[in-house]
Amino acid sequence: MIRDVFFETMPREDLAALQLRRLKAVVERVYHLVPFYRRRMDELKFKPEHLRTLDDLRLLPFTTKQDLRDNYPFDMFAVPMDQVVRIHASSGTTGKPTPVAYTQRDLDNWAELMARTLAAAGVHRGDIVHNAYGYGLFTGGLGFHYGAERLGAAVIPVSGGQTRRQVMLLQDFSPTVLTCTPSFALYVAEVAQEMGVDFKNLKLRVGVFGAEPWTQAMRDEIENRLNLDAMDIYGLSEIIGPGVSVECIEAKKGLHLFEDHFLPEIVDPATLQPLPPGETGELVITTITKEAMPLLRYRTRDITSLNCAPCACGRTIARMSRLQGRSDDMLIIRGVNVFPSQIEAVLMETPGVAPHYQLIVDREGQLDTLEVQVEVDEAAFSDEVKQLQALAQNLQKQIKDYLTVSVKVKLVEPRTIPRSEGKAKRVIDRRQLLEEKP
Amino acid sequence: MKVEQISVFLENKAGRLAEVTRILGEAGINIRALSLADTTDFGILRLIVDQYDRAREVLKAQSFTVGKTEVVAVEVPDRPGGLASVLQVLAKAGVNVEYMYAFVQHSGKNAVIIFRFDNLEDAISILQKEGVHIYKGEEVYRL
Repeated sequence: MIRDVFFETMPREDLAALQLRRLKAVVERVYHLVPFYRRRMDELKFKPEHLRTLDDLRLLPFTTKQDLRDNYPFDMFAVPMDQVVRIHASSGTTGKPTPVAYTQRDLDNWAELMARTLAAAGVHRGDIVHNAYGYGLFTGGLGFHYGAERLGAAVIPVSGGQTRRQVMLLQDFSPTVLTCTPSFALYVAEVAQEMGVDFKNLKLRVGVFGAEPWTQAMRDEIENRLNLDAMDIYGLSEIIGPGVSVECIEAKKGLHLFEDHFLPEIVDPATLQPLPPGETGELVITTITKEAMPLLRYRTRDITSLNCAPCACGRTIARMSRLQGRSDDMLIIRGVNVFPSQIEAVLMETPGVAPHYQLIVDREGQLDTLEVQVEVDEAAFSDEVKQLQALAQNLQKQIKDYLTVSVKVKLVEPRTIPRSEGKAKRVIDRRQLLEEKP
Repeated sequence: MKVEQISVFLENKAGRLAEVTRILGEAGINIRALSLADTTDFGILRLIVDQYDRAREVLKAQSFTVGKTEVVAVEVPDRPGGLASVLQVLAKAGVNVEYMYAFVQHSGKNAVIIFRFDNLEDAISILQKEGVHIYKGEEVYRL
């Protein structure tokens, strides 16, 4: 159902007027409060008063993950620390996380957006939500937690891991809603099957799945095996966390993006020129209500398209298509963002390991696997098996400490990893997560 | 008193061992002894050859990772308990054997065993003190 009829079904011209008003306010604020944006706007000879229409958005500077890294840890904040009440972080591209901040009002907005998200997915007061997103620095756990409470549903804050225990809770506490990554949902189904638990005897009705790309085929499988409606959500910590967009249970056709808080654009990732409505390109988001860390034209690197036609559910806000890929080399392994450069950084710090590596991503059963193939050169080579095994284990441990993801390190002969002219083929993804283009 | 052993890193894939022996064969290098240690992912081929430097050169030219290790070639009486008597000497002296493997052919009526020790010098002097015969490198390459 629609939680906020006023904002979610607003006529598009009224929405545009609201967006322009909010955009002007945020541009004014960051120009005066965030030195980074002041510099960028000065470089472009842009002054806040140049912003007259929504089309003038294209005059504003972009923000990239690299910009956030350059301003590590807190230089992107637009409020003093005594206004910040929460800090989360996402994984960075080379090991340092990217922190994000919230004022009390940001947290209120976030909880409200997550309540809208859950309502759109078919969740309501009286539901019991089994929340298996990770709690901690990652925005998934707490984002869903406060959204479900705001909606008036009962939350079980299970967090990740201990799958057999989770299956027990699914039986004993009879939750009606499951929230986790889609691959974890399928893993739970597998473990439940091993334990002899039939989902037809459980009360689960809706699953709200996100934090990693998944296909329509995976949705069909989850719906069949878990006997529920599997709903797709989208969000990223830099923007707010989960709560940026969600499918509606009525249509399940595209993810409604909450445009009263987030101003979306689709740009060509090569030229950065905005693309006409309906075209597929990189999603760029400007936050227009965030206080602690507003971002102008943040390049999400996610490839999608936008549809502004009204939906069968009655919402007028734009719908994103299911994600179609990335415009950078980020991988999502069991819900954790992994950049090849992070693994490279670990390898570079290890003496005797050649900088030639290749990442093989696959899916065993329902879980993503990441194999790191490393060439053994003479400095690292030993004629004793235990030494080489210790080398591989040490690398595995370091990568795990750095990325929080378990990988398998495989030592390979020199020159087995293909060298190509120009860009090296660092990643082989065998999961086929993205739909074939028609 | 030490023998130079060449070791080669091999991935566990069909044809790699054949490739190494082919390269050595084409270069006219004779393999005197060998052992293969393997795990699920990789193997380490250890070889005693008649021309160490040449073997290293041709394998490196084909991008193999090669290493050099010093090992000891010990003459062991070819009779029941022969190897045990040598190992007992080492055990008593607290010398640890990292690995060992047998030579392809005999030297007279005795067997030749290749040993890798954690402490090579100690092992050599202990064995010599006990009257165990150790081959010189040149002897081994020509056996």
